Amino acid sequence: MQFSILTDYFGTYMEGFRGTVLSSLLALVGSFLLGTLIAVFRISAVRALRWFGTGYTEFIRNIPLLLVVYIFYYGPSAFGSSLDGFTAGTIGLAVYTSAFIAEAIRAGIAAVPKGQTEAARSSGLTYVQTMTHVVLPQAIKLVIPPLGNQFINLIKNSSVLTIVAGLDLMYFADIVNSDTFRTFDTYVFVALFYLVLTLPLSYGMRVWERRLQRKY
Amino acid sequence: MDFVGAYSAENLKFLMEGLYITLFVAFVAIILSFLLGCILGVTRYTNIPVLSQISFVFVEIIRNLPLLLLIFFMRFALPEVGIKLGPVAAAITALTIFEGAMISEIVRAGLASVDKGQIEAARSSGLTSVQTLWHIVLPQGLRRMVPPLVSQFISLLKDTSLGVVISLAELMHNAGIIIGHGFNYTIPTLLLVALIYFTVNYLLSLLSKRLEAKNA
Repeated sequence: MQFSILTDYFGTYMEGFRGTVLSSLLALVGSFLLGTLIAVFRISAVRALRWFGTGYTEFIRNIPLLLVVYIFYYGPSAFGSSLDGFTAGTIGLAVYTSAFIAEAIRAGIAAVPKGQTEAARSSGLTYVQTMTHVVLPQAIKLVIPPLGNQFINLIKNSSVLTIVAGLDLMYFADIVNSDTFRTFDTYVFVALFYLVLTLPLSYGMRVWERRLQRKY
Repeated sequence: MDFVGAYSAENLKFLMEGLYITLFVAFVAIILSFLLGCILGVTRYTNIPVLSQISFVFVEIIRNLPLLLLIFFMRFALPEVGIKLGPVAAAITALTIFEGAMISEIVRAGLASVDKGQIEAARSSGLTSVQTLWHIVLPQGLRRMVPPLVSQFISLLKDTSLGVVISLAELMHNAGIIIGHGFNYTIPTLLLVALIYFTVNYLLSLLSKRLEAKNA
């Protein structure tokens, strides 16, 4: 192990680390908004919206992330425009993850017993009040663990950005590698950077899940 | 957009060759990762001292790293320590290790979900602990593992697309080459490839539903 690689190229690694964190955060916000919208579609009273929501989640969940990223990276060129790797990659990540988040939110809402809704409605609450005061506060607790897992997946998945030159950790690792020719060491250090992000998150999720279980 | 040109006999044949590699790599990796996952999962479930801790640490580290990093590592870092793997072998190794870690969690949780009373009854009927595991816990646990296992296998099949980073000649890699032949081919090719992945994965999920119905 040549630890000097880590110290000599710390700046390069950090540049990639920032790219990975930024892309993951942007994709998290984007996929959460999009995923919530799709989840609302899936439980809406309008059949066409339900149909669209189901089709969207089923289709996206069954195709590879890389394919979604390619659509945003190579797709615009067919119309004479273009997106850079970071933008296309982050949009692709957000769209891909939104399908999983939509499914998690839908399942969370479905897990709140129907009696709760009925009790709220017969106590005189409107549909919106029932949702915001009764159903959603209970659903959010159930949804947080799967959402946390999706965020960890998002961080790991952001590594596909490197395939479209998306300026992430893997991309900058390649720069270090072609400078040092020490592939083994270079990528062991990359692994450390990923673990710094993902291990605390996984641990936090586990603690949260255990706390949830204790309450019931 | 040039659908006719993109779907020429030559291109379709090229994509089918890619699909063959995708399915081959996925099939071998599914079998190997299931075996690895069972070994790790049972080790953790039975709490064998030392081995259980080792497999816990192994699973935690692998699960929190991007698969892309592992694939890259198997192909380009291992030769530095004298292990040379071709693209197919490197992809299968990385997928087996990564998905095996994921599957071990499914196996462990599935076994842990078997009611304690079942084990106590079996032991007090005179079965040894190995007999109890084999005849009582495994058959019941396996049944509960089917749905998460199948969705993990679908993930695995999608993840074979990350083989592009080591020029594994699978479906996405070949699609990328066709896209490189002209902007007009981009959207028709991505559309077709998405449909192929969707069809294969959808068939897998239908299989899972049938298995579930049979077991219910």
